[in-house]
Amino acid sequence: MNLIYLTLITPLIGGFTLAWVKSPKLGATLNSAFSLANVLVAAALLLEVSQQTTAGNPSSNWYVDSLSVYLIGLTVFVGFTTSIFSKPYMLHEAEVRSLTNSRMRLYHASFQGFIFTMLLALSTNNLGILWVALEGATLATVLLVSLYRTQESIEAAWKYFILCGVGIAQALFGTVLIYYAAAQVIPNGDSTLLWTELSTHAPELNPVIVSIAFVFLIVGYGTKVGLVPLHNWLPDAHSEGPTPMSAVLSGLLLNVALYALIRFKMITDSALQFSHMPHLAGFLMMGFGLLSFSVAALFLHRQTDIKRLFSYSSIEHMALMTFGIGLGTPLSVFAALLHMLVHGLTKSAIFITVGHASQIAGTQRIEKIRGLIQTQPSVGWGLMLGTAAIAGFPPFGIFTSEFLLLSSTIHTYPWLAIPLLTGLAIAFAGLFRHIQPICFGIAPEGQKPVPATMWPVYLHLTLVLILGIALSEQLSMWFDKVTLLITGSHVL
Amino acid sequence: MHLISLPIEEQAILLLAGMVLFTSFILLAQPRIVSTIHSFAWQGILLALVTVLVAYDTGLHHLYISALITFLMKGLFIPWLLHRLIHKMEFQREKDIIHHPALVLLAGGFLVIFCYSTALPIAKMSNSVTQPIIGLSMAMVMLGMLMLITRRKAVSQVIGFMAMENGLFFAAISATHGMPMVVELGIAFDVFVASIIFGIFFFHIKNSFDSLDVDQMSKLSEIDR
Repeated sequence: MNLIYLTLITPLIGGFTLAWVKSPKLGATLNSAFSLANVLVAAALLLEVSQQTTAGNPSSNWYVDSLSVYLIGLTVFVGFTTSIFSKPYMLHEAEVRSLTNSRMRLYHASFQGFIFTMLLALSTNNLGILWVALEGATLATVLLVSLYRTQESIEAAWKYFILCGVGIAQALFGTVLIYYAAAQVIPNGDSTLLWTELSTHAPELNPVIVSIAFVFLIVGYGTKVGLVPLHNWLPDAHSEGPTPMSAVLSGLLLNVALYALIRFKMITDSALQFSHMPHLAGFLMMGFGLLSFSVAALFLHRQTDIKRLFSYSSIEHMALMTFGIGLGTPLSVFAALLHMLVHGLTKSAIFITVGHASQIAGTQRIEKIRGLIQTQPSVGWGLMLGTAAIAGFPPFGIFTSEFLLLSSTIHTYPWLAIPLLTGLAIAFAGLFRHIQPICFGIAPEGQKPVPATMWPVYLHLTLVLILGIALSEQLSMWFDKVTLLITGSHVL
Repeated sequence: MHLISLPIEEQAILLLAGMVLFTSFILLAQPRIVSTIHSFAWQGILLALVTVLVAYDTGLHHLYISALITFLMKGLFIPWLLHRLIHKMEFQREKDIIHHPALVLLAGGFLVIFCYSTALPIAKMSNSVTQPIIGLSMAMVMLGMLMLITRRKAVSQVIGFMAMENGLFFAAISATHGMPMVVELGIAFDVFVASIIFGIFFFHIKNSFDSLDVDQMSKLSEIDR
């Protein structure tokens, strides 16, 4: 219980403190320090949950189970490594783009504020607070997207604000409908929106209302996951904002939005189990997942901006996870959970390297970035290995999760394996045709290395490699526990 | 259900609910920015009034607090903020261009019918007087979206956004007599922060584009050109 509060308070204090720290250097160091403190607190929480399976009081607003604590762990870890990378990167950016100290203050405070909203969304038991937290995440990051104050960045931020705001408003409407359905079977008003209450009473909920609600919820939270056709904000926000922001948006925000969708799918599934369309939620998620996957894979080929390239790759991978969760067999859910972890780690590592790569070349345009390995081997190889990992090369973890997902698809809907495999191949080609000349091309004259902290990248990639070669027994038991929570049956 | 047979306060609730929806249509068709802000303020005030009546009718005291928050935020603070901003930027005489206003209004009418029929199975669930309002609130959300799509000025887009938020609040009031207090406060806080950030954005947009026309934002595209 206290550990949940502590996990939440650390970034909150961090945010308020950093809003007052004038020196950007000190701010960057403190940012990492607060993130480190958060990792330690969350590790203690993780330990508690692994011993007692849950933490917090199930009848209060703060309650953590094995699903949410796993994402809390991922959030604080990626938050910490990104904050390490952010220091040299942002100091360099501040110099090149002449950012004022107050803007750096805004940046650091918002960084912690964003982490706070993520943790708030994950540690709450109240589905209303979950919505408030996800809307808060938009608010915390929108001023960061426009941090550089270029016309493009303001356009991107406006799009992000309006599109995500509109999207998430639909999710609130869905939440109101769920609350309405629940109010008729759960008498006590204040605990009606609690996840623990809802999941026990879910089979009694009115299936018609819940199915209408889920349509609103998938549009709403789906916007934040980056599902086509409401994905347009994602590449813009990723490409125009500062790179550390892109790393945490891709690695964390999208996952947490999907987490919200998973929670509601569990309720919807048990409410609809005896109706005439028991798999409505799953089919919707599979449909949107497959559509987004195919669209994103094709769009990869037509990108000219390296950060946009990888944000389309994020859409593609989030779509795969949505598909896996929608499929709903224990194996596919297991694969989606693993994919969430490995994608979060790999994508944040890639954005870190991409940030350095565009600093080396002085631009984000793909055709102008050449010969990274020649100029700065650590960055070049980081990008190459990261791309190999994200494209699904064995022995990296993404290969494992995609393989599991494919085999579970073949078990249930064999025909769907064809578009999946085709899409994977298209995406693979789309990434490599752009990245290969970037890494192995001939460097333009006068291209110089930049100060870079690359160990977070290699740490992430090593973890992904280990997850691919040997998924430790504890971790697979953990995922099994979460799969049991979501689908009701074991996978192992 | 015969309207005449209802107690007077319930009749008033339904009448005011209809007027709230009407303000949504005014918002949709009003090109002058200042008048749009005024209509938005009226919508907020009417919404607060409905909430007070529902609170009186049901005897739920926490709804008085929601009504007060709505009145202060949607009726006073946000319109005041928008007013101040456009005065500062000297956009008082600004007009928004609405292409095909008749079509937009017709589409709005269709949206109301669509939402009403979608919400029918929900409204049938219970006999409370606020049930028919669920369809109206869904329509308000959709009309807010339509306004966002058809408007070209950043200010009117923000008003469309806030009108959607009004629809959501209306949905919560009519379907469930409000959300739990924690959630309601959280939402109010989010709206408050959002309105301030929107204000900051107006200055950014004006400084870099020299006007509040969102049509000028067309640098980013999905693919290479």
